[in-house]
Amino acid sequence: MTDATLSSANSNPHANRRASSNSGFNFARFKKITEVGIKSIYSHGLRSLLTVLGIVIGVAAVIAMLAVSEGASYEAQQQFRDLGASNILVKSVKPAEVEESSRSGFGPPQAIVYGLTTADITTIRNSIPGISNVIASRIVKKNVWNGGLNINTDVVGTSVDYPVSRSYNLRAGRFFSESEMRDHGNVVVLSDEVAEALFPIDNPLGKTIRIDSDYYNIVGIMESEGFSNLGQNQAGSSNSAPSRIFIPFTSSKSRFGETTTRQTAGGVESETVELHEAIIQVEGQDGVIEVGEIIDQILQRRHKDIDYAIEVPLALLRQAEESALRDQIVAGAIAGISLLVGGIGIMNIMLASVTERTREIGIRRALGAKRKDIIMQFLIEAVILSGVGGLIGVVLGIAIPFIISAFWGMTTIVTPLAPILAFSISALIGVIFGIYPSIRAADMDPVEALRHE
Amino acid sequence: MLETESSESTDSDATAIRGQDIVASLGDIRKTYYMGALSVEVLHGISLDFYQGDYISIMGPSGCGKSTLMNILGCLDQPTEGKYFLGDQDTSKMEDDELSSIRGARLGFIFQSYNLIQQLNVLENIEMPLFYQGYTEADSHEIAMGLAARVGLDDRVDHKPFELSGGQQQRVAIARALAVDPLIILADEPTGNLDSKSGAEILNLFDELHNQGKTLIMVTHSDEMAERSQRLVRLRDGLVESDDRRNA
Repeated sequence: MTDATLSSANSNPHANRRASSNSGFNFARFKKITEVGIKSIYSHGLRSLLTVLGIVIGVAAVIAMLAVSEGASYEAQQQFRDLGASNILVKSVKPAEVEESSRSGFGPPQAIVYGLTTADITTIRNSIPGISNVIASRIVKKNVWNGGLNINTDVVGTSVDYPVSRSYNLRAGRFFSESEMRDHGNVVVLSDEVAEALFPIDNPLGKTIRIDSDYYNIVGIMESEGFSNLGQNQAGSSNSAPSRIFIPFTSSKSRFGETTTRQTAGGVESETVELHEAIIQVEGQDGVIEVGEIIDQILQRRHKDIDYAIEVPLALLRQAEESALRDQIVAGAIAGISLLVGGIGIMNIMLASVTERTREIGIRRALGAKRKDIIMQFLIEAVILSGVGGLIGVVLGIAIPFIISAFWGMTTIVTPLAPILAFSISALIGVIFGIYPSIRAADMDPVEALRHE
Repeated sequence: MLETESSESTDSDATAIRGQDIVASLGDIRKTYYMGALSVEVLHGISLDFYQGDYISIMGPSGCGKSTLMNILGCLDQPTEGKYFLGDQDTSKMEDDELSSIRGARLGFIFQSYNLIQQLNVLENIEMPLFYQGYTEADSHEIAMGLAARVGLDDRVDHKPFELSGGQQQRVAIARALAVDPLIILADEPTGNLDSKSGAEILNLFDELHNQGKTLIMVTHSDEMAERSQRLVRLRDGLVESDDRRNA
């Protein structure tokens, strides 16, 4: 009874104890409301968990899908970048009708002549300005020997600029030189894979390999290509094998000739192809796509059959970028739908919670809670719900790409933006879908609310 | 206007009568409820002055308007007509937020069914009105601890309401009502849910509060309880039937 709080009402000892910032943001207040919110969510553990499942799945899906699509587009773009953004690739392709008749196996031995010629390249060079270089290659399949070891591989006869044009680097030694090119030199540069196969133990540099009856000095070894040859794979060209060796263009022409013969079911088939592929380098990237179209027009005029294919890495890159964007839009839409469903779940549970706690709302209102206090309380609770869901989702969303990478070997990239964005959106969902239940709680008549059973 | 035996003046702004301050004043309060086209007037013009330190019982048969009057006194509802001064503030034209503030700062509520919040412990329940008044955590903790001790529950401060008996819960509610040191304590059948022993404890607590000069307004059905108050207001059909002051 001697307690100061029970003294006369006239001298209110509490008046000067009130925090000065009753209105406006007050962290202690916010903390208290948050604590109450957590308590209330915790008291309905299972229900809360089921409620946030939608958000969890939504957020995890966004992050995982973006990581996969980001990884795929990174891979694709990397491949095309390796091919060179200012390059145009022209390849010889066996025309369709010829392929058809040779497969049927009737008639006299086939002697097919198709593909690109030096004359084509000269015309292209002379009629289009802005072409800085053309690297023409011949690709012949041969058995390559080191003593008793042999490997069937593509022998690429090309020019000295080949590695530069494709940003394809040497691991050891050097590429062949201009003078070796002039002299039809018997020099060879091995791809990493061929070097591995033919020289499993010793260093191949300075040693020789045999093709047909000729010996070639090994002057260099290329870096492992990794996935950088995938561009060629997609076009289905003859040099799709990862194992390749490189000799001077002149040597290829003089040693192997232009005609290759092959034993087929119906007899002997011979192909004459002057050039298998040409990398046309354009000055700057701006005109690459247009130059590609002009080359197509020139070749159409010069060739009866469609025995060539043109690849513009930049155009492919654009396509890859577009399809990556499409993937992301699809991922975004799916994620958006599941977040929406999650949000509706939260709204549903918040409405139930408001009804359940009508009495509590009445008590709080009687004890001095303003409308905005009640709105704040339920809004914070909704945001905690969705935020916790978002957090679990972020953890899962970061874990899933790791699992995908580990088990399926896909490249996945979790950009920091994705989890931040997904989490923010989930918190925002809490606000958006929490507003209506909160307002409903605040708009209750205190008298009615107190009477509620 | 019905006059109390002690009031020589009908001036609702009068602050000093017989050396006592008026803490609340109802002036011709009318309350009409509208249900679509239907309207029902529940209070037909009630005028009452409440003085500092008054211990008032309000009695009356059900439907006489007791609850409506208590809701208006508690600023939970507003009169359709008339003026209600609480301290020096006219509440009849107040906005919702102002009403919340005045409830929180100047009124203490004790309900028949205790109305404690089940998720919160004893201390947190007592602290709640302080929270809405923006007291610091340290201050409200200190005040709440003092009040818990005052109602004899300082060893139960971390218990949840469901772990307490009815009498204990009502004592928590009383402590909560005292937290902001209100101008008036409003009690709506505070012993209605209690056995006679617990009820008696609560009434003893009320006597103590009265002796300390608190202003108490209590709605009750029991004559025995009304006996203990100092002034008895009887309502009938939305009007004050009688208003008797006893010497306590």
